Amino acid sequence: MPPDPPKSSSPRPSDPPPRGGGPAPRTTPADPKTGRVTGRVTDPVQIAIRGLHKSFGVQHVLRGLDLDIYRGKINIIIGGSGQGKSVLMKLLMGLLKPDEGQILVDGQDIVALNDVEWAKLRRKYGMVFQYAALFDSLNVVENIAFPLIERYHLSNDEIMSRVRDLLQKLDLASVGGIEQKFPAELSGGQRKRVGLARALIDRPEILLYDEPTTGLDPVATKNVDDMILRASQDFGVTSVVISHDMASTFRIADSVSMLYDGKILVSGAADEVLHSGFAPVQEFVQLAGLLPGGATGGGAPGAAAAAPAKAAGGAGAKAPAPASKSGASS
Amino acid sequence: MTDRTMDGRVSAIAGLVASPVRSFFGYFGDHATMLGKAILWLFRPPFRLRLFLEQMEFIGVGSLPIIILVGFFSGAVSAQQTIRALSIFRQERLVGATVGLSLALELAPVFTALMITARAGSGIATELGSMRITEQIDALTSFAVNPIQYLVTPRIVAAVLVMPIMTMVFNLVGLLGAYLFSVKLMQVDVGAFFEYFRFWTDPSDYLQGAVKAAVFGISLSLAACFQGFNVRGGAKEVGLATTNAVVAGSVSVLVLDYFLSDMLATFFPYQS
Repeated sequence: MPPDPPKSSSPRPSDPPPRGGGPAPRTTPADPKTGRVTGRVTDPVQIAIRGLHKSFGVQHVLRGLDLDIYRGKINIIIGGSGQGKSVLMKLLMGLLKPDEGQILVDGQDIVALNDVEWAKLRRKYGMVFQYAALFDSLNVVENIAFPLIERYHLSNDEIMSRVRDLLQKLDLASVGGIEQKFPAELSGGQRKRVGLARALIDRPEILLYDEPTTGLDPVATKNVDDMILRASQDFGVTSVVISHDMASTFRIADSVSMLYDGKILVSGAADEVLHSGFAPVQEFVQLAGLLPGGATGGGAPGAAAAAPAKAAGGAGAKAPAPASKSGASS
Repeated sequence: MTDRTMDGRVSAIAGLVASPVRSFFGYFGDHATMLGKAILWLFRPPFRLRLFLEQMEFIGVGSLPIIILVGFFSGAVSAQQTIRALSIFRQERLVGATVGLSLALELAPVFTALMITARAGSGIATELGSMRITEQIDALTSFAVNPIQYLVTPRIVAAVLVMPIMTMVFNLVGLLGAYLFSVKLMQVDVGAFFEYFRFWTDPSDYLQGAVKAAVFGISLSLAACFQGFNVRGGAKEVGLATTNAVVAGSVSVLVLDYFLSDMLATFFPYQS
């Protein structure tokens, strides 16, 4: 069991430090009477999750999870195996229905949507699956163009132009004969990038990544990290990344949330989470080699080495504000 | 014995009895639900003709060599056994009629269904199962594409359309096998072979066979799609789903055959 978290003045996860040190974004306010959240499109919080519960038989996977996903940022959710990360992702995509709770996307509660409403909402989303989930029977071009072919009546020239543009941007154009290759002929890293291209082709607002670096070597992992960063910077998408790769997390995250025991244990900037003092977080980062054994604060040489870009720009890098711990309150 | 203990035992026994009954109806209910959804999605846009043609090619054209091979030898062996039986009464000339009728009503639709279950049914279950465990079905959903409409409807429709055609091919090739064995090997008179065949078989016999084949097409493709679509786990479960698809498809064909024969006999009464 985790230690009792220190009491926080705010029950909500803290805001992530904006890139470049700008003012901290607002979180979605809850109605004091009903406790329900009413988000607006202009809010910095694009997805607000409140009191989410999900069980499978006797297994209670999510136990009142609260989480804010920030617009245009890279939001990473970490946690051990079996903690419910993939379940959370499937709930966000509407592939599963929660037993209880709210998921507000731009203020719209998506839990009660019917199939037709979901079909419209899914155009906002792109998803990069753990093993890319490319369609085996389609070649690279057909895979990438799939959302366009299914949703619009575009000319072949227009589809090919958009596909080639993405292949160029994701450094796939240089791979000889890539367009006609089938998924089985691609390497792990290439598959991930084709999966990302397919997710990006319809210009989604929100991009979900399910453990994008699983099974990749360090070089391919770095490439995937760069790819996520580039997708966020070049396309301005809100990225939600499920991961247990701590080095990657601290290299690219704007906001890190740790899922533990069915709830968000701690949420905040990478540096805040790193020094939050929670035993599960410490264990996680120590085993990943990001903190020396027993260190709970101060210097974090491993993390500093792993995440220079993000930690240096973050509000909590030099004088870390205490990350809010929502585990007890949610 | 206290009332509470008694109640506990009664509810335990009731649970033991109810559980298989619930599973039985649940199993058929889930199949019926999938079939209902597949039919509903058939009439909702977008209509992807390419998927239907691809499946017709896979289930039909792809199965043609095995249907021809099995059809030829089934016809030949039927003729062999029939001639052996008819020779007791010195009525070998009736072999064309006997084999033709049994092919039209039973052998062609049932053997074609079993062959297509083994070849295409197993293929469908494996393909959908692999798509499920590699999250390709989730990917379809994430692109707002209904996986039942995209994956299940074309396979069921294709099976319903190609099964009668494949059955007719089986009939033709089976008759050829019977002809070659009877006329060329056993010296049955060629005129008697075809005359008795023409006299004793009606177009309605072939229609009954085609109706059976279409229904078998639904059952075998539904069993395959259901098993593949609902795979949970990994490679082992995909293998298990494939086995289950072939077993369920074959059993459903043989069970349905009895009831369909009974029903069709009402609509197409035997006329001598």
